[in-house]
Amino acid sequence: MAQTTTPPPSLLGAGDARGRFGDSFFRVLTLAAGVLIFVILALVSLYLILESLPAIGASPEELSAGVPFWQYVLPLALGTLMASAIAILLSTPVSIAVALFISHYAPARVSKTVGYVIDILAAIPSVVFGAWGMTTLGPALVPVYEWLSRASAGVPGLSLVFGTPSTTGRTLLTAGIVLAIMILPIITSQCREIFIQTPRLHEEAALALGSTKWDMIKATVFPFARNGIVSAVMLGLGRALGETMAVTLVLAPGALTANLIGVGNKTIPAEIALNYPEAFGLRQSELIAAGLILFVITLAVNMVARWIVSRYAEFSGAN
Amino acid sequence: MSKRIEAHDVDIFYGKFKAVEGVSMTIEPRNVTAFIGPSGCGKTTFLRSINRMHEVLPGAHVTGRITLDGDNIYDPGVDPVTVRSMVGMVFQRPNPFPTMSIRDNVLAGYKINGKKMSKSDADDLVEQSLRGANLWEEVKDRLDRPGSGLSGGQQQRLCIARTVAVHPQVILMDEPCSALDPISTLAIEDLIRELKEDYTIVIVTHNMQQAARVSDTTAFFNIEGTGKPGKLIEMGPTEKIFSTPEVQATEDYITGRFG
Ligand SMILES: Nc1ncnc2c1ncn2[C@@H]1O[C@H](COP(=O)(O)OP(=O)(O)OP(=O)(O)O)[C@@H](O)[C@H]1O
Ligand SMILES: [Mg+2]
Repeated sequence: MAQTTTPPPSLLGAGDARGRFGDSFFRVLTLAAGVLIFVILALVSLYLILESLPAIGASPEELSAGVPFWQYVLPLALGTLMASAIAILLSTPVSIAVALFISHYAPARVSKTVGYVIDILAAIPSVVFGAWGMTTLGPALVPVYEWLSRASAGVPGLSLVFGTPSTTGRTLLTAGIVLAIMILPIITSQCREIFIQTPRLHEEAALALGSTKWDMIKATVFPFARNGIVSAVMLGLGRALGETMAVTLVLAPGALTANLIGVGNKTIPAEIALNYPEAFGLRQSELIAAGLILFVITLAVNMVARWIVSRYAEFSGAN
Repeated sequence: MSKRIEAHDVDIFYGKFKAVEGVSMTIEPRNVTAFIGPSGCGKTTFLRSINRMHEVLPGAHVTGRITLDGDNIYDPGVDPVTVRSMVGMVFQRPNPFPTMSIRDNVLAGYKINGKKMSKSDADDLVEQSLRGANLWEEVKDRLDRPGSGLSGGQQQRLCIARTVAVHPQVILMDEPCSALDPISTLAIEDLIRELKEDYTIVIVTHNMQQAARVSDTTAFFNIEGTGKPGKLIEMGPTEKIFSTPEVQATEDYITGRFG
């Protein structure tokens, strides 16, 4: 027993927790950061809306394309969505497979190496991807596109998607493929992160019931990771929707068409990038309005993702 | 429905570290065998080598022979998946699949492995397995709720139901009650006594009373020091081990005069 003459500390009067400088300082700091994000978001939205209003309300004759604003922006929005959809459709399965290979199949050394390669891929600037897509991938794909066009001639539906091929290869499909490669590291690293967090307890429970490794993965890793996969894909989608430089370089812009391997199609970011430098007055407002539409699309995508995630909350692995 | 397990000179490794050395034993069918011994002596490790779960850890491997009714489970021609479907396992911490309902948890062995079953067969199996685990009355009205919403003791019985549902020959239990309250513990112990009518049961426990209450045979493992491999010291009928053990270390451990 230590000898002490001081009375035991009393609960009251030992200082008010609210009074501790560090705690209140960080509370204010985090609050300020949170408020700041909202203020920035509000200001950006306000700017976009105010600058867009002239173009949205203008008559067709005043606008650059000679058509009402919605007729101008709809093909752009569809082009953006098509390019992003291609990117997601191609990238998601590959990303999941690579992530699974790294997390559950490859020996430690191999998965480290693959992880590094993925990280390097993420570090390549988008202008490099764009240049590569324009000068290398596009031309290389021309024979493939010619073959696709011939093979699907006469097949209903397919002949629409794989119509007359472009001679440069700078098509929406090429842009989609380049985007797919660009978002691959994002989705892969996110998925890997979640896959390795699958509780060992559940993996072993599945194995102990006599499952093969693949059945175990289907029963534990995927359900556990479902929300995370949705988030990862949405992150990739967000990047694909907003990607400017690569698409601007790869895609030779043209009118909206379902033909993915032919001349045509535009995306909102590329349209803005190509035209904004020379735009003034109403044309500038038109392009900002297109940007506003992109903003709304991205927001909608995120909300859908949140909704999907929340639907499964009760059966998630979180509890 | 139950098989005899025989181990012949089994060594078990984590990479280069030998965790268990030279274990030879016979585990009788329709019998409860308890593994006791101080922490780190390799009870879990040895248990997990009986259904080839040990080797799922990177670098982990087993030498020697372990047979199920004479068939070596470590024969190169044997698929570990087959072994695990014959030798079920209940883990220390209750681990029902959180993404599945109670019903699906019971059927997990079939669902995961892609076996088809008619709805009525599945219903029967769910009821029969949950009854077998003394859980039916408590959950029959909420079979579609998540299994993770049950209490710890109920979750552990759900895990036993899930194991029983695939009709194994052997059930291994690694400290199945260590995360449970005394009432749930007694419920599980009752269940173990019932299950031994049909299965070969091996249970690891740190609770001497529990070993004395439920087991027919007791095996005492010990370790000479850290970094040394665990060894089987003595094995015999539970009454004998707890009254007149042959080895001094066993007596010291059982009477609490250990270390
Ligand atoms: N995953 C692992 N990797 C490396 N060594 C391990 C691993 N698991 C256990 N060991 C080692 O193997 C030895 C036996 O461990 P084991 O878990 O089998 O003991 P135990 O008897 O079950 O102990 P407890 O009563 O505490 O559960 C210990 O020295 C332990 O450190
Ligand atoms: Mg243990």
